[in-house]
Parts: sequence; structure tokens; C-alpha cells
Amino acid sequence: MSDQHSDSPTCVGVPSGVPTTASEIARLVKFSEVSAVSVVDAYLRRIEAFESDVHAFNLVTAETARASAQRIDAEIAAGRNPGPLAGVPIALKDNLCTRAVATTCSSRILDGWEPPYDATVIERLRAAGAVFVGKTNLDEFAMGSSTENSAFGPTLNPHDLTRVSGGSSGGSAAAVAAGFATVSLGSDTGGSIRQPAALCGVVGVKPTYGTVSRYGLVAFASSLDQIGPFSTTVRDAAEVLQIISGHDERDSTSIPQGRLDLVSVLERGVEGLRIGRISDLPGGADPEIESRLEEAFDALRAAGATIVDVSLPSMTYALTAYYLIAPAEASSNLARYDGVRYGLRVDAADTNAMYAATREAGFGDEVKRRIMLGTYALSAGYYDAYYGKALKVRRLISDDFDRAYRSVDVIVTPTSPVVAFPVGSKVDDPLSMYLCDIYTIPTNLAGHPAMSVPFGTGEAGLPVGIQILAPTLGEQTMFRVGAELERRATERFPGGR
Amino acid sequence: MSPDAVRKVAKLARLDLSSQEVDTMTRQLAGMLDHFADIDSLDLAAVEPMTQPYPLVNVLRDDVVRPGLDRDEVLSQAPHAQDGRFQVPPIIGLDS
Amino acid sequence: MSVADERATEAAQPVSESFMIDGYELVCGLEVHVELATATKLFSASPNRFGDEPNTNIDPVTLGLPGALPVLNRHAVELAMRIGLALNCTVQPSTFHRKNYFYPDMPKAYQISQYDQPINVDGWLELPGGKRIGIERAHLEEDTGKSTHIGGSGGRIHGSDFSLIDFNRAGVPLVEIVGRPDISTPDEARQYLAELRQILIAVEASDAKMEEGSMRCDANVSVRKPGEPLGTRCEIKNVNSIRSLGKAIEYEARRQVALIESGETIRQETRHWDETDGRTHTLRTKEDADDYRYFLEPDLVPLVPEAAWVEAVRAALPFLPRERRLRLAEATGMAPDSESVMVVVERGQDDYVLSVGERGADVVRALVHVKEAYADQGSQPTVPAGDLAGLILLETSGKLTSTQAKQILADIVSAGGGDAAALAAARGFEAMDELALVGLVEEVIASQAEAWSKFCAGEDKAMGALVGAVMKASQGKADGKAVTALLMSKRTS
Repeated sequence: MSDQHSDSPTCVGVPSGVPTTASEIARLVKFSEVSAVSVVDAYLRRIEAFESDVHAFNLVTAETARASAQRIDAEIAAGRNPGPLAGVPIALKDNLCTRAVATTCSSRILDGWEPPYDATVIERLRAAGAVFVGKTNLDEFAMGSSTENSAFGPTLNPHDLTRVSGGSSGGSAAAVAAGFATVSLGSDTGGSIRQPAALCGVVGVKPTYGTVSRYGLVAFASSLDQIGPFSTTVRDAAEVLQIISGHDERDSTSIPQGRLDLVSVLERGVEGLRIGRISDLPGGADPEIESRLEEAFDALRAAGATIVDVSLPSMTYALTAYYLIAPAEASSNLARYDGVRYGLRVDAADTNAMYAATREAGFGDEVKRRIMLGTYALSAGYYDAYYGKALKVRRLISDDFDRAYRSVDVIVTPTSPVVAFPVGSKVDDPLSMYLCDIYTIPTNLAGHPAMSVPFGTGEAGLPVGIQILAPTLGEQTMFRVGAELERRATERFPGGR
Repeated sequence: MSPDAVRKVAKLARLDLSSQEVDTMTRQLAGMLDHFADIDSLDLAAVEPMTQPYPLVNVLRDDVVRPGLDRDEVLSQAPHAQDGRFQVPPIIGLDS
Repeated sequence: MSVADERATEAAQPVSESFMIDGYELVCGLEVHVELATATKLFSASPNRFGDEPNTNIDPVTLGLPGALPVLNRHAVELAMRIGLALNCTVQPSTFHRKNYFYPDMPKAYQISQYDQPINVDGWLELPGGKRIGIERAHLEEDTGKSTHIGGSGGRIHGSDFSLIDFNRAGVPLVEIVGRPDISTPDEARQYLAELRQILIAVEASDAKMEEGSMRCDANVSVRKPGEPLGTRCEIKNVNSIRSLGKAIEYEARRQVALIESGETIRQETRHWDETDGRTHTLRTKEDADDYRYFLEPDLVPLVPEAAWVEAVRAALPFLPRERRLRLAEATGMAPDSESVMVVVERGQDDYVLSVGERGADVVRALVHVKEAYADQGSQPTVPAGDLAGLILLETSGKLTSTQAKQILADIVSAGGGDAAALAAARGFEAMDELALVGLVEEVIASQAEAWSKFCAGEDKAMGALVGAVMKASQGKADGKAVTALLMSKRTS
């Protein structure tokens, strides 16, 4: 348990009596030292106890989870190998298509929709023997930084139920923090895995664009979206990412290479690595968070790495570029929600009126705002001034990173400028909400990998995350640094994060 | 960014905004675009737009049929299906 | 009836080299959409088939389900390149864009198409008479689903109660061929479309059946006085046959001239051709047009065909219709745009005619016979080339008259073959031998004294009666040409 304000209730924890990391569960279930059923039951009991406080899930799939676990135990008893994640309880962000299981994207426009197909990552996890405990809450269509834009109510932070869990993958982050699942999947377009990971005190990874198939991920911004894991340990994130990564012929943007190889490098340490520190990082982070960042650099220095200053002068324009590119792509990706083939339909006298009435009733405010912004940025006469320019700024940011990575192997920053903020404190000021992603957005624009590792606490004892950025396909180096920070954090902040 | 411009964009996006929403949206979008004007000062003439995070080309698929979806399963999720097809009200006011 | 309609419904002028209406010339460019003959759709592995039960050729990509992603069909690219190269285009690196607009048969509410970097650019199509029509581009894009409108009159949207959407066709690969406005007459437009259709079939890119919708044509029409700048153009849609194309263009040109002459301006718009009343009607004006907000498709990557692939496609192109016509023209001495050559090549029977010639028979006779008698034979005639060659040899050596030859040819065609000599004997056809013929001619000269003296005096017209008398007396066995030759030589001797 972390040192939190004694007034605030908390649901942080793990089930008792069962192994609590994916690695341990997989190993012990495989050798029949613990049953998959007992593991999933323990997690389902925690859900039963605390889910009504946290609201991490849109749907808990308890029965199918138990059925899967039973099947796995039977397979093992019969001498078969059900896969490297056999028996591991996993939660899935509700924008991942799961066949015949409601996939709502936390939107009224898809309320009750059951996809007729599985996303590729779902197929791969199923084949690995994972047990799915439920679909987690998110900001509607992954647009947001607090999960307050969900049509079904926000997810609260297990560390302090009066505060947000971050977003857009708030439900997935909270599920792991609250011990409702060992690992979970989220999606990250501008920070939607890393920021909630930081706010909930768990590990969150966004891999290189193109390493994990987007087939079956409900698209928000096609050139920015990636799927990635949440976990309590860096090792678990590595295990899961290995399994879901690798080329998929159903995604044209999928990099033609095999799975990432990550677990094997986790013990290598950081001796000799060059860690970048951004000298012109946009300011405004909480002072406590700045302190944690300094401590992270100290820890890495002590572990044998060198800290090198780098400059990313275009980073200050990243927010603008992102908030023109992402809404533009989203305005097109969300045009298919028209009431014709699936989802909500509001009847009207003609099709045109039906479209407008359906989308007005089905979309929340933030989604509408971004669709409007995106449509405007692409419209005749404005393309060059907005979308066209933003694509050029994207190039500048990418070039800045390329230059920086000639002198460093990774870059370290805070993940979020603030710790978890009170529910409702930013909803009336969209711009202030957008600023939550100021350190995470540049990574998506460049298509690079980045991860957040819990590292101490900040204001009110709330978790702080440190972000490690790496160049394209630099996951191995990134995970080495992440593993080292995790080791040092455990030393520095004993008794929890 | 005027209420008229907002109404035009809403029409393009098929969003039936209330007059209150139009006002709020005008204010919020204008504020955002003000903030986003920071890139106006950049000299981008010689900069190539970045359209792909990872430089792939020629991703092609063999011309081979793969199993598709079952019509009944799909139509059971349709808001209104009839005669094996998706029903919609009269298609008026749209480009064809 | 308005002035414009009155003029436009006048009977079409006979087609001539130039086409002027009251001093105005026609400027026309055609946009043709072609469905490619692939097994699967452009971006999904759903079957590309016509006529199946509604919504049975669907998958997440076809339906635009959340989470679906496009993957480009290699064979569609191959066929697109074949079309481009056959139209003398340059094949270049290309990208895909999203064209955003709402319509119920558009599952994603955007169409993936090609915008500023299409796969084929700057080609031309040569009409049979030699005139080249420029081709601006020929690019790939996906087709929409099909809507059926229920409750209105004639299946139109207007007055319908609802519509039903079938997505079988959604995602089928199309190539859009955009021709430059080099067409000056309705007949040139018809020729362009007919020639294009032949090319598409020859390279096996499409079955190009307008009646099934696998080839669709829209016409852009404007008029102007020669030397003046281009006039405002209107786009004509719903042309369903090559013949209608000519009629529609002519109607529209006349309509525009009449409007201009009566002091009005042409409104730039899309018009719908109505075959039943022979007129075009307003469909929508450009002011109503959507803003498509084109942007590069982020779910796809650029297409950069390797030079080796392009060259392989080029090298594998079959003989194109123009080359076939030139080849046949050279072999026969006929003009490449003569009716016989054009008809025989369009039917795909030119190889056959040449192979008849290779067997020693007169290739011009072969061309004429095939043109006249092989209308239903298709591109693989059942009559063995040797059989036709045999018939022609008998004809040209004088053993059969041309009338007799035609009759035997009819026998051969209906039987799928046959030995000409045997058939001639069976019918009792023999060539008249020379002595007998001379004798008959002398008899007729004697019995038709008046006609003979007129002929000798220089009235060539009198010969007709003499030839007719010989033919009658010979019961058709005399060869008309030989009789004429004999009469001529007797006159001079």
C-alpha cells in the first residue's frame, strides 16, 4: 500500500492466496501447482468486492472467464500445453473487438454492439491461454485523459476514489492497480496507456507504431493508435507484449517482422547506456514530479548510465500538431457511425436526418468537439493552414528525435505533469485536459515506443510515473531502462510505489 | 470561427447541434484554434509532410478468397434489416 | 416545350467528320469506371462476384465495421497496370486517399481512392480513324454497395418509402479512366467507348458489360464557338449503352446551344440522362456538392511497382485491337477503319482470317466472307480454317461463282465445317467450262441482236441485258465476271 492521505479510501491491492504476476501464474498453472480456476476466482472476488467503487469495467465476463479457466485446467490435466499465458486473468479495453461480447467504446452509439469477429491481439491472447475477465471503461472512443468522457460514468482511481484514473485507458489501468486483473490491454494515441499507468501507479507500454496489429482496434487516429499492456511488473508487460506483437497480414501498417524479444534483456542493466534529458522540456510539471525525475536520473547514473542533455525544440508544437492530426483522422474514422449497419439508430423521415439525429444522440461532447475540429481542419480552404501544416510540424518533431538519438539511447521524462486530479476538476476546460498529454504526445507523432514505470509518489501521496522514450524498434533498450528503474524504485520506495 | 462556420462544419459532419451547442462549440473551437496558431510562426516551406510513422511500401495481398461473415450474424446486429439487406429511410439530400 | 428541348429532340444529324450546331463545336470528355475481373475485392478477401444473394460476400472490411483495415489486392494492381499500359500511360508510384462523404451504400462514409498521385497518367486512346483522345489518368478505387429504392415510381429515390442496401458490390475494385476533353463528335465518343471496351477485354482486365454495370460511363459536355475559351460543362450520368452515349451527348450539346442562343447561361451541374424521354434532367448543382476533405489514407502505404514488374506486365500485353486492325489492314490492303476490318477485329476473328490466308487462299475474300457470314461464330469459329480456304480456292480459280460460293459458305457455317468441293458436287454446282461458255455467249449474241449492236456501238449499258441472258441460259452456272470479260473481248475483236 502506498503512503496515501488517510482520509481517502483506496482499493489498491492484489488478491491474496494466489500468485499475482502473469509470469508466476503462467508458471504455476502450467505445472499444476495452482489451478487456473482458483486464480480467476480470486480475481473475480476482488472485482466483486471493489468494482462498484472503482467502476473499471463496462462488462465483467465472470462466467466465460470461469469456463475458460476450467478448460485450461482440463487441458493441463490431459498433458497438453494451453499456451504461455495459460490461466492469466486479463482485462481488455472496451475498444478492442471481442467476438459476441459487447464492445461499446464507452459510447452510446455502440451500446450493446457485439462484434462478429475478434481483434488480432485477442486471437493471440486466446491462443496463449489467457482468461478474459472483462471489458474495461475508457474515455468515449479513446478521446480523453481522465475517463470522464465515458458515456457510462468515470473510472475512479484505486489510490483515491475521489480522483480520476487518467485516460483514455483509465479502466484498464485501474483494473490492474485494483487487482482485478494481472495485466490488461489498452490503446495509446497521445498517451492513453502511459498517462493512466502513471496516475494509477502501474506499468504501461506503448510499443513502436506497427509492432502490434491494429486489426480489431476501433480506430481513433489511424496513424497514431497502438495497443499495449498494463501490468504491475515490467516483466509482465514484456511477456504480454511479446505475445501480441509481430506482423499481421490484415494490417497494412504492420511492420514485417516477428515478435518482439524482450524478456531476455530485462536483467542486462543500464551500464554504458546514454540517457537523454530534454533541456527544453515544456515546463509546468508539479514540483514533486520534477523531484521524482531527478531521483530517476540519479538512480540511472548510479546504475552505470550517463545522462546527456538533448534539445527537442519542436516539442513545444507537438500538442498543436496532435490536436489537428488526431481529430482530423478521427472525424473520418467516426463517420461510419451512421445508424445504417450497426449500433444506435435514431429514426427520421430521411437518411440524412437519421444520420444527424443518430450521431447527435450517440456521441458525447468531447467526441463531437473533436469531430468538429477535425472536419474543420480538413475542409476546403483550411487543409493547408491546419492539417497540412500539422503534418509538417510532425516531420520537425520526428527529425528532432532522430537528431537526439544520435547522442543518446533513450530519453527520460515525467509521464504526466500532474498526479491524479480530482474528478470534475478539468472537464470544463478542454485545453487544460489536453495539456495532461504534453509529455506523451510527441512519441505518437514520431511513431516511437515509450513506457511509464511507477517511481515514487507526489502530491497527496499519489503515484508518479517516469517515462522512458526510445527510437523506432528500440524496445529492448527501453525495457532495460524500465527494468532498472523498477529495481531502483523498489529499493527507494519500499512498501509499494 | 463563427456560428455560421460551425453550422456549416456540423452539416458536413452530420451532427445535429442544438443552438446552445453551436454557441459553446464556437467559443471552444475558437479558443483552441487561437492556441494552435503557435505553428503559424514556423517557416515550413522546405519541410516535407510526415504521413507515415514507419516507411513501408508495397504491402499487397494475394487475390485469394478468405472466409467472410455470416449474413444472419451481421443482420442480427443491424438497426433495421429486411429481405437480407439493410433498410434505411428515403435517401434524400445526399450526394450520390 | 422549351426552345432547348425542341431543338434537342430533332432527329440526329447523320454523323459527319465535324459536328457543329449553329456554329458551335462540341467539347466532350468521358469518365469511365471499370470493374476489375479479380477473385476478391480491392481491400478485402471477400469474393468479387456478380449476382449472388444480397450481403453474402461480406467481411469486416467490406461492411466498414469498427476496427476493420484495408489491405491492397495485388492482382487488382496488376490489372490496373495492364489497363494503363494498354492506354499508353506512364505507370508511377502512387498513394491512396480518403474521399469523405455520407451515403448509405458507402460503409465507411469514405471511399478509398487515388487523388493527386494516381497509378497511371498521361496516356491516349487512338480511335480507329487515327485520332488520339488523351487519357489524363486511370486510377484505382473501391466501388460502393447497391441501393434499391422501394415504393416510389420506377425505382427512383424520389417518392420512395425506404431503401434497401446490399454490400456485395462494396469494395469491388474499380479503375476510373479519365479522358481529356478531346472528343468532338458523338460518334467519336461512341468509338472511344467501343474501343476502350475492346481493350479492356483484350487485356482481360474486365468483362466490360455496360448492361451489368461492369463498365460505366459519364460524359462531360460543353459547347463553344471555335477559338473561344471552353464553355461551362455539365456532367451526364446514367448512360447505359454505347448507343445511348451518342444520343445523350448530342441532346445535351443541342440543349446548351439553345440556351446560349436564347441569352441564358449554362449552370454547371450534374444531369441525369433519361433513355425513355431522350432528355437530360438536373440531378444536382455544384453548389450542393459535398466537400470531400481528401487526405492521405493512413491505413495504407505507398504503392511503388518495381520496374521489373511494370516491364513484365508490358511485355505480357496481348495484341491490342489497334494493332490487330493494322495487321489485318496490311494483309488485306483495306483501310484499318474500314467496316470489314473493324467488325472482324471486334469479333476477334482476325487471327482466323489470317490463318485462312496462310493456307494459300485469297485473304481479302476470306475477310469478306468472315465479315458477312461469321456474325454468330464468336472469337473461336467452329469452321476449320482449312475448310474456308478450300472454298475460297474453288471460288478464285473460277470453279464456283461468287453466288455459288456464298451458298456453300452458308452450308459450311451452319454445319460447323465441310468440304467445299463435295458440297458443290452435291448441289450440282459446276463451273461451266470455257468452250461451253463461249458457245453460250455466241448464242446470246445471235439472239439478242439489238442489244449486241447497241453494246458494239459503245453503249455499255446494253451489256446488262446480254449478261442477264447468258446467266439465265446457263441456269446460274456461268460466272458473271467471265461472261463480262468475254463480251468485252468479242466487242473489240
